[in-house]
Amino acid sequence: MSALLDVQHLKKYFDNQRAVDDISFAIPNGSIFGLLGPNGAGKTTLLRMITGIFYPDSGQIFFDGRKFGSDELINIGYMPEERGLYKKMKIGEQALYLARLKGLSHAEAMEKIHYWFHRLDMDTWYNKKTQDLSKGMGQKLQFVTTILHNPRLIILDEPFSGLDPVNANLIKDEIYELSRKGATIIFSTHRMEQVEEICDHIILVNQGKKILDGTVSQVKQDFKEHLYRLEVAGELHELRHPSFESVHVQGASLILRIAPGFSSNDVLNAFIGSGQSIVSFQELLPSLNDIFIKLVEGTPLARRFQTAV
Amino acid sequence: MNKIGIVFAREYGTRVRKRSFLIVTILLPLIIIGFYVAIIAVSISKNTTEQRVAVIDKAGIFDGKDQKIKEFSFHLFPADSADELASTYNKEGYDGYLLIPDSSIAYPSGIHFQRTSEAGSDAENDLNDDLAGLIGHKRMEAAHMDPEKIKQLTPEVSIVATIGNESRQSVSTVARATGYIAGFLIYFILLIYGTTVMRGVTEEKTTRIAEVIVSSVRPFELMMGKILGIGAVGLTQFVIWGFLIYLLQLIVPYAFPQIGRDLHGSGFGGMMGMLLQQAKSLNFPLILGCFVFYFLGGYFLYASLFAAVGSAVSDDAQEAQQMVLPITLIVVFSLVLMTKATAAPNSGLAVFGSIFPLTSPIVMMGRIPYGIPTIPLWQLLASMVLLIGTFMFTTWACGKIYRTGILMYGKKITFREMLKWAAKKD
Repeated sequence: MSALLDVQHLKKYFDNQRAVDDISFAIPNGSIFGLLGPNGAGKTTLLRMITGIFYPDSGQIFFDGRKFGSDELINIGYMPEERGLYKKMKIGEQALYLARLKGLSHAEAMEKIHYWFHRLDMDTWYNKKTQDLSKGMGQKLQFVTTILHNPRLIILDEPFSGLDPVNANLIKDEIYELSRKGATIIFSTHRMEQVEEICDHIILVNQGKKILDGTVSQVKQDFKEHLYRLEVAGELHELRHPSFESVHVQGASLILRIAPGFSSNDVLNAFIGSGQSIVSFQELLPSLNDIFIKLVEGTPLARRFQTAV
Repeated sequence: MNKIGIVFAREYGTRVRKRSFLIVTILLPLIIIGFYVAIIAVSISKNTTEQRVAVIDKAGIFDGKDQKIKEFSFHLFPADSADELASTYNKEGYDGYLLIPDSSIAYPSGIHFQRTSEAGSDAENDLNDDLAGLIGHKRMEAAHMDPEKIKQLTPEVSIVATIGNESRQSVSTVARATGYIAGFLIYFILLIYGTTVMRGVTEEKTTRIAEVIVSSVRPFELMMGKILGIGAVGLTQFVIWGFLIYLLQLIVPYAFPQIGRDLHGSGFGGMMGMLLQQAKSLNFPLILGCFVFYFLGGYFLYASLFAAVGSAVSDDAQEAQQMVLPITLIVVFSLVLMTKATAAPNSGLAVFGSIFPLTSPIVMMGRIPYGIPTIPLWQLLASMVLLIGTFMFTTWACGKIYRTGILMYGKKITFREMLKWAAKKD
């Protein structure tokens, strides 16, 4: 699969910090890509460069093989973390305005608005004002205005914050649907369980640098600690064997780490040899959350509030 | 630029369709003009309730005829009914009783006026004037002078001053007034529409829509669309006001014929006539042309400054006030210079103020009605060129401040930082 977005050696230095310090990555066409990182890691700055809001100090961005320029803006839909809509403007007009700024004609824009408003149960909203919407409703509207122009690259910064589970699921389904239809999605968050659920590919950014890059399953494999959970029938009898060390015992189950040079078969053989009957045995892969914390912990996490100069 | 057009259409459309725009644009001038009409009408209207006065005219100043002068109608009674009338005039429907002794032409102080209630000072003055006129007439007759002749011989003086070797009348009075009004209008335009731009920018920043929009539009396009849109709202407003004033001055003389006549009768007319005469020799195309030019030039200059400040303000309204203060002060200072310039159009301060681009929109408008030979052409051209150059520079520099400012949150921004952003290369 070719890369829709190819970012090479992107740098953006502000007065007092290196917000983005030589980051490169490629996003395969049609994938859902997770951009992770603690607060102040440089995610927003990175996204702002990809959306053409900031110019990078150095480095290059290629969109679908071409050098990124303002012509590509119509191919991008960006939903920033801080939501923004005109409070006193009617919702229908607002959606139309934002779509027209993206380059849609009046007729095209109206057609898309009708389609999406109908699809997401917003038919009665046209003449309401944004200030009359609840936070979650505003979120939904923001999502619609982001994807209205059918962008090839959709950038969602914390898209689920403030949404109730029903609406969150609704949006999530739409994201899958858009992805299925071929859109590429960048998903920026620090909610790891969502990333694990949704994303194919992730990068982790900290202090302006990329510290992790790979598919979700690959990353988990890379960070596995050879931990397994073993459960026996009846009471667990502790067992000493060179092939493993026990980490944690809880009732009939044991969490163990396999020693270097041994395999899981060695462990199982040892238990079978001891006469205990095994109910289950499974590998414990680290959660993204654990990996995130492990990688980020110890670095000065809360850098100065991002100052964009 | 297509996108500037879309932003422009929104800024213009949402503002013009607001109810407050209609109120301010149409109702407000009507209210103000109605107010002035009322003031003028009240102040020049006389007490029009007719007063019937019973008169015993022993001196014969009424020539034996009942007369109506101003609000009084004088009804003569035979001299022998004096005592009776003094007690019965009220019952017979007269408001007052006037006794003119036979020596009154020589000694008018003996005239006696009796009435049931206070006449009010206006009525008393009028009565004094009436009687003085009648007695004067009699005295002239006694001296064999023709009152008509005297009226003809009294000169009316109005100096005709000419400027240079042109046979043009001096326009000082009306030029000063026109300059004043024009300068004030520009002052209001700069402050009102400038702060409208600032509030619009701050709104986009605090509602965080700026980030959404600048991902599809260049910040400069957004800023220009906004400035142009609000400027167009201002122009629309002025065109409507101009039209309304034109209509009203057509309608008022018909709707209130009383006022026009009273203005003429009250001596006001002579002054107005003189001013209108002067106004005819004003160079209106020049004034109007300059007004539009300085309206737009000044507006672009200040709107971009206001936009830059608006972009640097975070949600704090008080902070906004502090930050616009330097700009507002310059505008107010211009106004002070302008009042000086209208009185002395070629004083050093006036010349400086009308060329220096930050003050020129207001100050030059104070000078312009004096016309071209009084205001040297080179000064006008220098002022215009400098203004164009400056607003292009401020728009460019403020565009850079704006671009950075609208995406900055949670931090108080100093003027030094803003200057640094403006100086920064892309």
